[in-house]
Amino acid sequence: MNAPAPSSLRLVLTLAIAGLISGIAIIGIYESTLPTITANKARELREAVFKVLPGVSEMQQLVYRDGKLVATEERRKDEQAVYGGYDRAGDFVGYAIPAAGPGFQDTIGVLYGFTPKQKRVVGMEVLESRETPGLGDKIYKDADFVGSFSALSIEPNIVVVKKGTSARPNEIDAITGATISSKAVVRIINEAHAEWSERLPPVGAEPPLGETDPVTTEGSP
Amino acid sequence: MKQNDSYEEFIKGIWRDNPVFVQVLGMCPMLAVTNSAVNAIAMGLATFFVLVGSSFLVSSFRSWIPKQVRISCFIIIIATFVTVADYTLLALVPKVHKELGAFIPLIVANCMILGRQEAFSSRYPVRLAVMDAMGMAGGFLLALFSLGAIREILGDGALFGIDLFGENFEPWIIMILPPGGFLTLGVILLFFNWFKLKKDEFLADVAEAERSGR
Repeated sequence: MNAPAPSSLRLVLTLAIAGLISGIAIIGIYESTLPTITANKARELREAVFKVLPGVSEMQQLVYRDGKLVATEERRKDEQAVYGGYDRAGDFVGYAIPAAGPGFQDTIGVLYGFTPKQKRVVGMEVLESRETPGLGDKIYKDADFVGSFSALSIEPNIVVVKKGTSARPNEIDAITGATISSKAVVRIINEAHAEWSERLPPVGAEPPLGETDPVTTEGSP
Repeated sequence: MKQNDSYEEFIKGIWRDNPVFVQVLGMCPMLAVTNSAVNAIAMGLATFFVLVGSSFLVSSFRSWIPKQVRISCFIIIIATFVTVADYTLLALVPKVHKELGAFIPLIVANCMILGRQEAFSSRYPVRLAVMDAMGMAGGFLLALFSLGAIREILGDGALFGIDLFGENFEPWIIMILPPGGFLTLGVILLFFNWFKLKKDEFLADVAEAERSGR
């Protein structure tokens, strides 16, 4: 311990070797876990899309590019995308649209299913949320609240009303004790709907199910 | 004799020098991720892996690492293990990883881990260093689990997500919110200090009795 101070070269070499070994170890673990991680993400996205669009058995990513929707797996960072859902016969059913916005604590990310023919929201799934446990997290734990998005009219937009007073097809009950979070979810969907309704092609002109395999990567909304 | 040594190094971390309840180290993950028993155990196991792995390496290379750059070397070793734990959790249990969020990368800043390298692993042979690390990490895991279990039972009426009390239980939501962490930890620390006080009194009594008996 009390040996004379080692040369600077020795110090530099020690750190360099330690860094090198560490770098190799990190690359190793990154490379070996990457396939599982991407597969997990893709599976989560698939499950979410199938949940918000009942009756769908195939999906593909539709990227909004140059004013229209293009069925492609590649998406650049600044491009937005929705997911098209198709039934067993390959006919178009609806869109699963990812949307995000501020909640009570942090950003809430949701995915909602929209059928353009009926102009209805047919399902909603919270993908990302840091809402208060026990209160705000009811936006995905409360089956009644989640269920109220299963046949919801979105024209002109969704309205949150006090618990037990929803009467019209575009009204839903707020969650007691989580009014801000439930309003946030509805606002996020309304805003996304306003944004996307101009971009989506007219009913009947949706991009057909392509030959490409279903989406596997870059799924995060 | 040797057996006793390593046993002693192991048990001191679990109880007498428990990193959380006695040394009061690693408070940040302690308060942040103990809102359910599963999260607490996942965090405890990740920390266990990092601490034991780093202690093993630091102790093995202790004569090679010049003491001028030892802290940097410890941090490199710890950070590598943390990254490995991070990716492994993300691949194997994405749900738990999502809940723990930023606190897995933050294991690198857990002063308990760097503290053990500096105070123990860099001075003792591998066997003792690993026993010490296992004891400390075991004590940390135990502490995280007791906090997580108490908070989940009171705050959610469940343990490991299994409902315990049925419909009529009104959960104390505050227990799974940040204040619940402070309250629970405070009560447990109170108990540990009271226990230590009683033990010291008892030992003093015994010593007194021995002296007067002689």
